[in-house]
Amino acid sequence: MIKSPSKRRQLSDRNIILLFILPTMIILVLMNIYPLFYSLYLSFTDYSVISSVAPKWVGFQNYQTILSDTRFWKHFAITGQYTIITVALQMLIGFGLALLIKEKFWGSGIITTLILVPMMLSPVVVGLFWRLMYHPSYGIVNYLIGFRNINTAPEWLGSPTLALWAIIIVDVWMWSPFVMLLSLAGLSAIPDYLYEAAAIDRAGSWFIFRRITLPQVMPLLLIAVLFRTIEALKQFDLVMGITGGGPGDATETVSVRLYREAFQGQFDTGLSSALAYIVLIVIIAISNLYIRQLNKVREG
Amino acid sequence: MSRIRLETISKTFGEELALSKVSLDIQDNEFFVLLGPTGAGKTTTLRVIAGLEKQDAGHVYFDESLVDSIPPADRDTAFVFQQYSLYPNMTVYENLAFPLKSPLRNFDAADIDRRIKDAAEKLRITHLLERKTARLSGGEMQRVSIGRAIVRKPRVFLMDEPLSNLDAKLRESLRVELKHLQKTQEVTTLFVTHDQIEALTMADRLAVLNNGKIIQIGSPDDIYDRPASTFVAQLVGTPRINLFETEFAGGKLHSLKNALEFDATGLEPASKTLVGIRPEDISISAQGTFHAKVVLKEPLGVETIVHLQTEDNKLLAIVPGISHHQIGETVKFEVNSDRLHFFTTEGERIEAKGVAA
Repeated sequence: MIKSPSKRRQLSDRNIILLFILPTMIILVLMNIYPLFYSLYLSFTDYSVISSVAPKWVGFQNYQTILSDTRFWKHFAITGQYTIITVALQMLIGFGLALLIKEKFWGSGIITTLILVPMMLSPVVVGLFWRLMYHPSYGIVNYLIGFRNINTAPEWLGSPTLALWAIIIVDVWMWSPFVMLLSLAGLSAIPDYLYEAAAIDRAGSWFIFRRITLPQVMPLLLIAVLFRTIEALKQFDLVMGITGGGPGDATETVSVRLYREAFQGQFDTGLSSALAYIVLIVIIAISNLYIRQLNKVREG
Repeated sequence: MSRIRLETISKTFGEELALSKVSLDIQDNEFFVLLGPTGAGKTTTLRVIAGLEKQDAGHVYFDESLVDSIPPADRDTAFVFQQYSLYPNMTVYENLAFPLKSPLRNFDAADIDRRIKDAAEKLRITHLLERKTARLSGGEMQRVSIGRAIVRKPRVFLMDEPLSNLDAKLRESLRVELKHLQKTQEVTTLFVTHDQIEALTMADRLAVLNNGKIIQIGSPDDIYDRPASTFVAQLVGTPRINLFETEFAGGKLHSLKNALEFDATGLEPASKTLVGIRPEDISISAQGTFHAKVVLKEPLGVETIVHLQTEDNKLLAIVPGISHHQIGETVKFEVNSDRLHFFTTEGERIEAKGVAA
């Protein structure tokens, strides 16, 4: 039995396009677009998910509360301080590792793989085992850096100044490999003949680094900075795993505070939505600055 | 401004033999060309001279001093790479300034500026000086990289197929410019190419390389008129030399089916001898001793390449201007017997004794 072609049900090109795009569109709208706008609406209300009262419009009151409260400003300050230090250290260490690993030596392959391991672990797991390692009485960190006496050893997670550094160390340990990976991609794309030409031109090694290596990897370094900055501004899981925001609120980043507002105590959905939007605006603004810089570098 | 001498240089990459006992003596101010097919070892030779590659055996001398252990930076060579190798993110001016600004030299700013302006003028890139290198055409890029070589007066120019990425027109004009530049700058130049026309037109002397060995060294005339082997004979000259087997009989050389016959005076009798005839040494004329059929014509304007079929083999002949012979027509032709080339069946040149070569 051969059906005539006209009777056969055939998908037109247009329908095939719809078939591929629609599922994605539906999921995107349901999971991203709708919550985005709904939370924007909620940020202007006094809504709480655990109360049975309908959202009531309060205008900019939530934003006003947040921006006039010194405790919120402290969270922003902590997050900013954390972001600048951790991103700077990751860039330095990651790029430095890339420069070392770029030269092929015996075992460089296996060493590269080992360096990448922290990146593949779950942040919660990382947070929890570093918390054990930081422990003042049985943690290995103090033992390794030479403090064998419990009474004089630094209390990493108990001191307000050290606790933020404790998180920074873990973040740097975990994500420098990522910067290294991006830098390596950039470094290996630099053609050998540029270095050979420079060698013949009698360029010094600092000159070669500054005028050839750095400009050539700059676009990828900026992408690494962009990725790591966004991640650092959103830092939540490591903090929760290691300090839970403590001691006191010394390591309470904006995201941790956001979590407390949204899912603890009063379940203040309206206020937390407003806070989430403030974070979003900050991240978009910073990302735009980076991307503008990136385009400038790319154009040469 | 230097004499370059290579003494039995050998180099292997892993299992692969790149250079085998290469010896060269390049005179001061000479334009020396290395000619050979891909993989012959031309580029490796150049890189050994520059110091970018270390030879396994043999020595490199600049003038009379041994430079084997001197790093590339201190050999004072200038290298023009096939892939332009301009520094990106820099303007043409900055690229030209780069070799002068090295902390290992001291040129003052005015001197640097003067040298750059001078080089730019010679290469006609003055209008491009402020341009970023990414916005240049291939020909402009290669001019800039040649410019980077001439801003300082190096002991030797090393050029690795600098023209091969350019289109034919540009290649021709840069060829002339380069030769002119070399003569006015008076710098010893080593130029690598696989293009026999480039080699013949530019070289004072050239070396033919194959499989890491030097086959022949000589002036373009030597190479063309007295090729040391069938390899060299076939490498230089377009259209290719006609090469065919002959047999020795009665003091003469006969092509296998007797269509052609040559005087063998001065040759040692051998069972088989290869005879080479350059296409321009075959002339079609009514008084010719041999005959053949015209099978194809390639008119080039100035001359026409005529494909002739004898009973034995196909021969190429060059006829000045446009040929009026019809395809399929049988024509008579003459061979300039003074300019025959004889080779053994292994491809070695045989010099006819008592015959002026």
